[in-house]
Amino acid sequence: MTVTPPDQIESTGLSSTLPAAVEAIEGRGPWLLAWARLRRDKVAVGSSVVILGIILLALFAPWVAHLVGHGPNTQFRTTGLSPDGIPVGPGSTFLFGTDDLGRDVFIRVIYGARISLLAGAVSAGLAVAVGVIIGLAAGYFGGAVDGVLSRFMDVVLSLPYLVFAIALVSLLGPSLAISVAVIAFFSWASVGRIVRGQVLSIKEKEFVEAARSLGASHLRIMFIDILPNVLAPTIVYATMLIPLSIVFEATLSFLGIGVLPPTATWGNMLSESIAYYKVAWWFVAFPGLALLITTMAFNLLGDCVRDAFDPRGNRLFVATEE
Amino acid sequence: MLRFLVRRVIFGVVVLWIVATVVFAMYFIAPHDVARTLAGRQANAETVAAIRHNLGLDRPILSQYGSFLWKALHGNLGYSYSNSESVTSLIGHGLPVTVSLVVGGALLWLVLGVTTGVLAATRPRSVVDRTTTGFALFFYSMPTFLLGEVLLLLLFFRLHLVGIDWFPGAGFVPFSENPLQWARYLILPWLTIALVTAATYIRLTRGSMLEVMGEDYIRTARAKGLRKRRVIYRHGLRAAITPVLTQFGIDVGTLLGGAIVTENVFGLPGLGQLVISSLAKQDLPTVIGLVLLASAFVVVANIIVDILYSVLDARVRLS
Repeated sequence: MTVTPPDQIESTGLSSTLPAAVEAIEGRGPWLLAWARLRRDKVAVGSSVVILGIILLALFAPWVAHLVGHGPNTQFRTTGLSPDGIPVGPGSTFLFGTDDLGRDVFIRVIYGARISLLAGAVSAGLAVAVGVIIGLAAGYFGGAVDGVLSRFMDVVLSLPYLVFAIALVSLLGPSLAISVAVIAFFSWASVGRIVRGQVLSIKEKEFVEAARSLGASHLRIMFIDILPNVLAPTIVYATMLIPLSIVFEATLSFLGIGVLPPTATWGNMLSESIAYYKVAWWFVAFPGLALLITTMAFNLLGDCVRDAFDPRGNRLFVATEE
Repeated sequence: MLRFLVRRVIFGVVVLWIVATVVFAMYFIAPHDVARTLAGRQANAETVAAIRHNLGLDRPILSQYGSFLWKALHGNLGYSYSNSESVTSLIGHGLPVTVSLVVGGALLWLVLGVTTGVLAATRPRSVVDRTTTGFALFFYSMPTFLLGEVLLLLLFFRLHLVGIDWFPGAGFVPFSENPLQWARYLILPWLTIALVTAATYIRLTRGSMLEVMGEDYIRTARAKGLRKRRVIYRHGLRAAITPVLTQFGIDVGTLLGGAIVTENVFGLPGLGQLVISSLAKQDLPTVIGLVLLASAFVVVANIIVDILYSVLDARVRLS
C-alpha cells in the first residue's frame, strides 16, 4: 500500500491532460529519483554486488559445504592439523586453512555469514518497526503521550548499552534470539527520535488536515498519510543500522555472551583465534576480513542511500564526482 | 541556566533511579538461587537458610528494595558473592585502569578526529578529503576487538619476532609506579580505542563543519578581513563542535563504566574485565554495582556536556 505524495499526484494529473508529445516528461516522485540516482552511483552498485555475494554465499552455505565435503563442525584431526596439532594454513584442501580443532575455516566463515546477516537484518528490522511505531505515536499525539514516550527514549539512549546487554544476558543466558532482542532494544530509540522529529512537522501539513476533515481515523492518518513521508529518513537510518547491529552481534559473540560455540559466528571464531594468532594468522584474518568487508559494504551503501535521497547533503565517505 | 541545570539533574536522578530499580529486579529474576549456589553442594537446608538470612534475602521485597537504594546512595554496593571483598573495593581496583585507558584514548581520538575532520571539511573533495573519508570509513566499519587483534598480531607479535619489543601485548603498570611503563603498556589499547572512535569524530566534525562554514556569519568574518585560520578555528569550529561534544560525552561516559572490549583483548584489569569475570561467576552484586556506576558516569557526562554547550556556542542559551 503506497500513497502518492501530493506533488506526484499533481504532476501525473497534469501530464494526462497535456498533448502526447509532452508525455515523455514524466512526473517522478522522490522515490523514483532516489532510485535513479542510486543506480547511477558506482559505489552503490559495487557495494550492493558485494552484499548480494555475501548473502548468496550465506544462503548456499550448506550446498558449498556439501560440495567441498567439509561440514562446519567437522574436525579433520588428521588432514586439518599438523602432527604437532597446529592448524593447517590455506591451501587446496582447506581454502582458508583450518582452526585449532582442524575445522575448515572457509566453511565456518560462510556459515558465520548466516548468523551475522540474520542478526543484522532481524535486529535492525525489529528496531525500525518499534522505533517507527513509537516515534509516530509520540509525534502525532504530542502532549502527555509524547512526554512519556520521549522520556522513555531518552532513558534508553542514556544507558551504557554494552554493560546493560551483558547484565541482561547474565540473567537470560546467551543465545541468538537474546542477542537480537538486546540489540533491537538498544537501537529502536534512535529510530524513534528521528521519526518523531519528522512527524512533528509533517502532521501540520495541509494533506493531514484534509484527511482529518474527511473523517479519517488516527490510525489511518498515522500509517497511511504520514508514514510514507517519513520512510525515506527511516530507510537511510535502517541501512546504517544493519552494520552497527552486525558489529554488535559479533562483539557479543566475541565476549562469549552471544551465540555460543560450536555454532560458527565471526565473533566467536575471532575470539577463539586470539589464542592462536601467533601460529595461525589465517584463523584471525579470514573471519576478520569477512566481518570488515560486510560492514564496509553496508556502510558505503548506507551512505549512498542517504545521498540518493538528499543529493545536497554532504556525502561523508566517498567524494565521487558525478 | 540554573533552572535548566536543576531540570537536567532531576532527569539524571530519575534515570539512575529507574536503572537501580531495574537492576534490583535482576536479583529476583536470576535463574539461580543465590543462597543455594553460595552454600555449595554439600550444604543442608539450614545452612542455605542461614546464608539467605545473612544476605537479607528472607526479608520482604520492599524492605530489601529500600535498603538497596539507601545503601547505594551511600556508595555501598554490597559484597561480592565470589570475591570476599566489597563491590566498592573491587571497583576501586579496576577504576584506575579504566580511567587510564579512557583518558589517554579520549585525548587521542578527540585530537585525531577533530583535526582530521576540519582538514577534510575545509578542502572538500580534495585528495586530503578523500583519503580521510576513506580512512574514516575503514575504521568506522572496524569492530574494536578486530582492530585490537590486528594490532596485537602486527605491532606486538610481528615486531617481537624481529626483536623489537616496543609494544607489550598485555598487562598494566600503575602510573604511580612507573609513568613510562604505564604509557608503554597502554599504547596499543589507546591506539585501538582511539582509531575506532576517531572515525566517528571525523565524520561528525566534517559534516558539521561543512554546514557551519556555509553560514553567513562565516562569510562576514572572512569579509572583515580575518585570516582564514582564525575564521576556521575561532568562528567555525566553535559552532561546529557541539554535535562532536555530545558524542564525546556519551563515549567517555560509556567507556568509563568499562571499556569492555578493549580491556578484554589486551588483558587490562579494569572495570570492563570485572564485568565479564563477575558475569562468568554469576556474581550479581558486582554486575549490578557496575551497571549502576556505568549509568551514573553516562548521566554525569551528559550533564557536563550540556553545560559546555552554552559556554562554547553563544547561540545556545539554556532555558
